[in-house]
Amino acid sequence: MAEKKIPCKQMAAISEKLNEYESYRKFIVYKDKVLALGNDSLEKTIAIAVALCLVCAVLVSFAAVALKPLQIGNKEDDMKKNILDVAGLLEEGANINTAFAQKIEAKIVDLETGAYVENINANEYDQRKAAKDPAQSVAIPKDKDIAHIRVKAKYAKVFLVKDGGQLKSIILPMHGYGLWSTLYGFLSLDADGQTVQSINFYDQAETPGLGGEVVNPNWRALWKGKKVYAETEQHSADKGSIAEANIGEPALSLIKGAVDTTRPGSQYQVDGLAGATLTSTGVTNLVRYWMGNEGFAPYLKKVKSVQGS
Amino acid sequence: MSAILNDSILNDETKKVLTAPLVNDNPITLQVLGICSALAVTSQMSTSLIMALALTLVTAFSSAAISAIRNHIPSSIRIIVQMTIIASLVIVVDQLLKAFAYDVSKQLSVFVGLIITNCIVMGRAEGYAMKNPPLESFMDGIGNGLGYSLILVIVAFFRETLGSGKLLGIEVFKLTKDGGWYDPNGLMLLPPSAFFIIGLIIWGVRQWKPAQAEKSEYKIMSIAHGEGGHH
Repeated sequence: MAEKKIPCKQMAAISEKLNEYESYRKFIVYKDKVLALGNDSLEKTIAIAVALCLVCAVLVSFAAVALKPLQIGNKEDDMKKNILDVAGLLEEGANINTAFAQKIEAKIVDLETGAYVENINANEYDQRKAAKDPAQSVAIPKDKDIAHIRVKAKYAKVFLVKDGGQLKSIILPMHGYGLWSTLYGFLSLDADGQTVQSINFYDQAETPGLGGEVVNPNWRALWKGKKVYAETEQHSADKGSIAEANIGEPALSLIKGAVDTTRPGSQYQVDGLAGATLTSTGVTNLVRYWMGNEGFAPYLKKVKSVQGS
Repeated sequence: MSAILNDSILNDETKKVLTAPLVNDNPITLQVLGICSALAVTSQMSTSLIMALALTLVTAFSSAAISAIRNHIPSSIRIIVQMTIIASLVIVVDQLLKAFAYDVSKQLSVFVGLIITNCIVMGRAEGYAMKNPPLESFMDGIGNGLGYSLILVIVAFFRETLGSGKLLGIEVFKLTKDGGWYDPNGLMLLPPSAFFIIGLIIWGVRQWKPAQAEKSEYKIMSIAHGEGGHH
């Protein structure tokens, strides 16, 4: 702002170069005239406001544009870290990018048919962006929208973990509304498409200490080994009213309090979050939505039939 | 720290603006400014340190920039000019955090953006930078930022150790759920606990330096000695 007084060779050279232009000389003359005006004159007020806005706009745009590649890189690394974490492959100190490239394969799935879509580059596809684009998304009928998300992308991005050609786990993206925020996360299933390996919410803004405990490693560990689809008819348990499910339907749910593992059906139940009934209900709904016919059920059936043959 | 302060290149005014806000004129304990972010980010030491650093930088550079153009700021748009400079700097700091400290920026989320509305920044711009030269204003910003940081670090120290048995994420007390002896105090993780700690700090400072205590606006009359207590 007061840089003209700094004795710097390059600056002097620049201003000498600029001096060759008529408009620059006019600008200098105008600048001196404005600065000499009284602070409360209308012309000076407007000139200062415009100049300040220009300087600030350049500063802000420069920071935003120059740092964008780094920020995008950070976001991608973070996403890869979350996927490795839910796959149980996250190792301290290991390079995230190489671990991801070696072990995990991204695939695009057509949610309606459950078939893989090969003509879309899976590494570049962004399901969250697609859900906002009317051309790439479909509205969800109100009676089926238990996760309260209104629209979903036609194609979902799933991740497969393979070891020597053998499918180890299927990582499915999910999202749905909790109490304050939309929770975004991944559910990782065994190759049977039925047994849960892990769950991970990477983007949520639930109450810290209550609903925010969805990220607590101890709570997440409770999900391991739980079953998604009902093998026998599940009736509403007395401990919570949302546990009902017919055979073949998603039965996994959070219940109030701790799960009694001696009771039948406990393999479909996970401890609810203490003090966060609405977040717990939201998690149950989003898991059931994405594991249901609107979500990944057609895809998981296909995977199973391929595995069986 | 004291070695730098005793250095002769710093004149008395600079020394004063740098050290006074630490205890004698602390923005949180004496002026009671910037309380909202002091409640929100102090449940962990790491977020507090980053927040303190961000606020110190924003206060220092905005004060310096405002001071540099102070003689040309039309008084009718004075506040909006200050706000524009502060807001631009805050956005730049937010972008830098997202680029270089992604995890911390995720935890701080909106609170970095809210530095714009932090009363300390505006307070120093309006109260000091508008009347003083850039270097002193810069130092005043650093000093006030450090005063804010000091309180944040003290509050975060108690909240993180007592609330989660950790300090900077490293275990200090072994928790009962991991087989240790310490049962964490959940209240310390919630914002109201910062009220208690800040209140205790203010009480402590005012006991130590009675000159900071405000005069009571009213006096509780004792019946035995009160002159007009029997109306």
